[in-house]
This record gives sequence, structure tokens and C-alpha cells, in this order.
Amino acid sequence: MSGHTDMVLVDENGIRIDGRTAEEHRPIKIEAGVLNNADGSAYVEIGKNKVLAAVYGPRECHPRHLQNPTKAIIQCKYNMQAFSVSDRKRPGPDRRSIEISKIISEALEKVVLTELYPRASIDVYIEILQANAGTRCAGLTAASVALADAGIPMRDIVPAIAAGKADGHVLLDLNKEEDNYGQADVPIAIVPSTDEIVLLQMDGNMTREEFDHAIDLAVDACHSVYDIQRDALKRRYAKTRGGVEE
Amino acid sequence: MSNPIMSEIKRDHIMDLLEKGQRTDGRGPEDFRKITVETDCIESADGSARVKMGRTEVIAGVKIIPGTPFGDTPTSGVLTTGAELIPMAHGTFESGPPGEDAIELARVVDRGIRESGMVDVEQLCIVPGEEVWMCFVDIYALDYDGNLFDAANLAAVSALRTAVIPAEQYGKGENKPLPVTCLPISVTEVKIGNTLIVDPNFDEEQISSARLTVTTDDNGNFRAMQKGGCGSITLDDLDLCLDRAVEKGAEIRKIIG
Amino acid sequence: MEKRNARHTRDVVVPGDILDGTGMKPGENAYVLDGKVRASVAGIRMVFQNTVGVIPFKGCYMPKSGDTVLGTIVDIGPSNWLVDIGAPYPAPLHVNEVPWKVEFGDTSRYLSVGNVVLLKVLSVDESKKIQVTMKDSGLRRIQGGRVVNVPHSKVSKVIGKSGKRITMLKNMTDCRMTVCQNGHIWLDGDEENADVLAGAIEIIAKNAQSDKLDDMIREFISSRLPQNEFDCYDDGEE
Repeated sequence: MSGHTDMVLVDENGIRIDGRTAEEHRPIKIEAGVLNNADGSAYVEIGKNKVLAAVYGPRECHPRHLQNPTKAIIQCKYNMQAFSVSDRKRPGPDRRSIEISKIISEALEKVVLTELYPRASIDVYIEILQANAGTRCAGLTAASVALADAGIPMRDIVPAIAAGKADGHVLLDLNKEEDNYGQADVPIAIVPSTDEIVLLQMDGNMTREEFDHAIDLAVDACHSVYDIQRDALKRRYAKTRGGVEE
Repeated sequence: MSNPIMSEIKRDHIMDLLEKGQRTDGRGPEDFRKITVETDCIESADGSARVKMGRTEVIAGVKIIPGTPFGDTPTSGVLTTGAELIPMAHGTFESGPPGEDAIELARVVDRGIRESGMVDVEQLCIVPGEEVWMCFVDIYALDYDGNLFDAANLAAVSALRTAVIPAEQYGKGENKPLPVTCLPISVTEVKIGNTLIVDPNFDEEQISSARLTVTTDDNGNFRAMQKGGCGSITLDDLDLCLDRAVEKGAEIRKIIG
Repeated sequence: MEKRNARHTRDVVVPGDILDGTGMKPGENAYVLDGKVRASVAGIRMVFQNTVGVIPFKGCYMPKSGDTVLGTIVDIGPSNWLVDIGAPYPAPLHVNEVPWKVEFGDTSRYLSVGNVVLLKVLSVDESKKIQVTMKDSGLRRIQGGRVVNVPHSKVSKVIGKSGKRITMLKNMTDCRMTVCQNGHIWLDGDEENADVLAGAIEIIAKNAQSDKLDDMIREFISSRLPQNEFDCYDDGEE
């Protein structure tokens, strides 16, 4: 949010540098069940973001002192691969990735029926192969598809997307330039069946009206993301059913 | 987490088949699994490749940035290879800094690339003694079903041979392909009982006593080797491994073109 | 009648999907939100009388008392063995639950790490602590043969109605076979026949929802083991 540029991010017709209108998200591609070893997995592309998510569990919780006698814990690890950003990222967790891992774990905790698996751990691994603004939303979107793919009982699938502000316009799903040179970024994740918010962050500068508008855009778009998530899961299982019924 | 416990039924089944020269997935002792290589899959990298070897999958990305040369090689570029066994790839991998397995993997891949002179580091000099191109190869195991050595080597080599030096991004002239001279290819075998098998899967690795990785160059000369595992290999075993490394190495070069 | 009902409502559902909004009761893997029954796992929607639920595609095995399970010994204590039965929790097998009289500290003389055992689940308490036994007819240490795995939700498809499919598989391949609730299947026989049986089991796991499953299995087995073509008898699906 701090950078400055002479670049026009939104032109006089309201068109953004990648050709989108303010209310359009980038193209989204989701595939479920892409890895062999993981109990569940998903691959997500949102614009130029490329994200893999894998789920292991429920399994015995390590380290033991984290065990909860009444429910499973969700341990998410978000990691950016060294070559995923324009400057090489030094491998290993930093403060940013630890924070993102925490809020994604918490968002998933709301929908997973953790009480079914006391003392166990459900481990979620998110690897960012290529980053282009919005990786935490892409990561959470992938993680919830991977959880459903693993057959883990959950109330709903969680979609996530960001809204923000650049060149004074409220925009959906900021790309890298808009994220770098814009004025605000608001990543959101919801539970689609109830519209409850399970992840919300904000940085930048927005008025109440702008923020309300951003939330409206993002919640709406979450429902579109949700449709793509459901479609990916159904395609995955239509494939393995032998296609006899349809 | 330590190695998983393998049931004796599975172990016996693998051993019984091997005595007849067969493997559980239908391969013969010297067969590789199906190999697929996808290059240029990551735009944010200067070179990238995703390699599948059966159910094993590895991704490698190259980043090339200007930096300071080492004092003893003022006109040479710098090549660094790292590998991570991330917990996504297998239930027994843990998050955290690379452990000894990941470091051994990275160093064996690095040796093949370095000793074969695959990357002509002399051509990576920008200003002698002051500035050179530094080439980072980062390898991640995504799905682990054995033989990470060959999959990682193939991913790293494929990423490097398609890499482009991003000179324009740093105002250092025009972009140009990374200068590559040859393709070092590794062939790994493990010993189970008295049998040597190429390209072991996870179960075969678990019950093997020794491992040997042999990396050859385009001419079939040997450029790097690594014996691993607590068991031993005989001189006859070594003979067979070297022959197979040359033969299989040539086959893999054909596959990746 | 139930069968026909079920067939008409065989849809793929994912968590959160509405299964029913007309007052049916939630069955397995379903919950109620604002008067509507919704799915809590990915699977096939299944109606049974007045309840609607989901048969999951996959998911981890949760032991129930009475289940027969195949497990691998993964650790040994002075008075018990720890058995991996494919559940999120290891199952302790106490020395009192084996058919031998085992002295304290003498456990490793009877069963060692890597041994495969056929057990029955005695109980699972509220915090999912599991107790298993080897003291029942047929329970024993298993040697030889091989073990193949299917998702535990597909076990009933391998067994078939009152065990008909197992009988068919055994007869057609001339193999011995034990199917356990945790999705582990032990089979033994001639190498080639066992290969074919393992392949047939894979077909069942992949096409569990198909109406033509028996035909597919028959076709697969007789194409691989033609000499058995005339051994198989027609038992129909119902």
C-alpha cells in the first residue's frame, strides 16, 4: 500500500490494467485431488497466483502438548517457495507467513467438525508456487477444497477473495500492481451458507462507504469462488465414479 | 517423525517378487517409472520445471540475480542449489529448516551440476571482481514416492537449461539464455537383499540396505556419485550400477530431448 | 423399494450442499441449518426412509466396537502392543487380550514390530480411546499373502449383500480373502490370481457407485483368468 507510481491503474472508462472492470475477479481455475500421498489436495490459480494445498489427517497430534482432549486442532503451514516472487525469497517461515498460517487455521476451524476427532491434528500445507497478490485468499480457497477432498467432515467450504482500493476506486481482487500502488486491501473469507465472515484483514485507508462497498463486492465474489470450488470437487468425483449414472 | 513401520507382509511380498526379478508395480529391476517434464511452469522464476517420476513429483525453480563474486573466483558466477522436503510431500516429512536428508539431496544434485560444468559460470561475470550473476536453484519435493535424487536432479537440470538471465530487469543489457554446456543425469539404484533395482519407489527404499546415485554427462563420463544407506555394495554391484547409469542416463536424455 | 428410492437420488454432493428442505431427518454425515438438511462431507446423497445422508467418497477410518480390523504392530510396551489400524489413533492391544499367557515384559517374544494382526475392536470411548482384542474366533497373526487397501467407505461394496460379492471374488480367483472394516483386505493365493483379485478390488473401489459393478468385475477377471470363465455363476445384483 506504500508504493507510488505514475501508472494509471484504472482508466477513465473504469477499466483496470489487466482489462477487468472494478467488480470482476481474475480468472480462477481449481482442481481437486492433484497429489498422491496427501489425504486431500487442491491446485488453485487465481490470475497469476499458483497455489497447491495438501491435507493430512486427522492423525495423531505432534507435538503432543498441543493435543486438545475435546477436539482436533487444525495446523496450517503457509509457505512461499523461493522462486514464487520477483526477488528470491529466503526459504523458511517469516513473521508474515506465520501470521497468515494462523488466520487460515482459524478460518478453517470454524467449518471443520473438529469435535469428531478429539486429540487429533488436521494438518494443512499451503505452498505458493507463484505469487501475484492475493495468495492468502488463494491459499485458503485451495485449503478448503483440499479438506473436502480429504473427506473431512465440515459444515461448508470456505471461499476467500480480497477487495481493495486503487486510484481512488474500490476494486475486487487486486492484482500485484494495484496491491503495490493502491490505497487499501481487504482480504475476506466467508461461510457461504450463512455469510459469516471467518477471515478479515484490512490495511490502507478507506472511508466507511468505501469499506462497505468493498465488503459487498468481496462477499458477492466469494459466492462465485464457492461455485468454482464445488464444481472442482464434483468434477473430481464424477471422474472416479465411472460415469455410469450420468 | 521416524520412518514408518512397514508390515512384514508387504516387505515379504516385495522380496518374494524380487527374487523372481519382478517388482510390485510390474517393472523389471532396471526400469524407470514413467517420466514427465514440464518446463517454464512458473513465470516468477527465471527457469522452472516440474518433474513426475511415477507418483513422485518435484518442482524446481531458478532465480538469477546480480551479486558479489567470491574472493577466490572473481570472474565466476555463483551457483547454489537448495532442496526442501516439505511436509506436503509425505506424511513423514516435517516442517522446519532442511534436515540431513534434504541437505544430502541438495548437495548430490549440486555436485552433478557443478562437476559436469553444466552451467558455464565464467560467462556469468558482469564486472570482474565486483559483480556476477548468482544462480539459485531451489528444489521442492511435492509428492514423495521414492527416488527423490533422480527426480530432483532432472527437475534442477530441466529448470536450468530453460533459464533466462533477466539482465533487463536489472539494467544489465539484454536478457539471454543461461549458458548451459551439457546435461548431467543421475541414475539411482538401491539394493534389496542381493538385487539392485533402478528408480526405487517408497516401499522399495524403505526396505533397501544401500543406495547408489551415479551422475553422468553427455559423453557417459562419471561426474558425481553418492553411496547412501547403512548397507554395503560389492565391486560387482558397482560395476552393474555404472553400466546402468550410462545406459539409463542416455535413455533419459532422449526422453527430455 | 428402498433400493429403488436410493437409486433415484444418487447425486454427488459436497460439504454445505442442501440435501433436503422438506422436513427429512439428517442421517449420516448430514446436519441441519435453518430447517434444511445439509451435507458435511463430499460423497453420494443417500435417502433411507425419512432420513437423508451422505455416503462419503473417502475419509479416515473411525473404529466402532465390533469392527474386524487388520493392523500392523508399530510399537511394543511391557504389557501391550501398539497397533496401527489406519485410524487417527493407535490401538493398544493389551496382553490380556491375546490368546497366549504373556509374562510382563515378555511381549516381544509373541508379536514384534511389523507383524500383521487380525483384531476385533472391543470398545471406543468418548475421547476415541480404542481397545482391541485378538481373543475371538479367527483372530490371529497373519502371515504370507498380501494386503490391499480400499477407502473404508467402500468396504460394504467389496463385501456385497450378505457377502455375495466376496464369494464371487473368491470363487472366480481361487484366492483366500479377509475383508476388514478399516479398508484393509488380506488376500492369498497363486501369485497371478492374487494380482487379478487385487485388480478387481481396485475396480470396486473406483466404481463403487456403478450399477454394473458385478459385470465389470466378471469381465475383468475372466479376461485375465480365462480358465475360470465357466466357474463363475450368476448371482445377480439384488
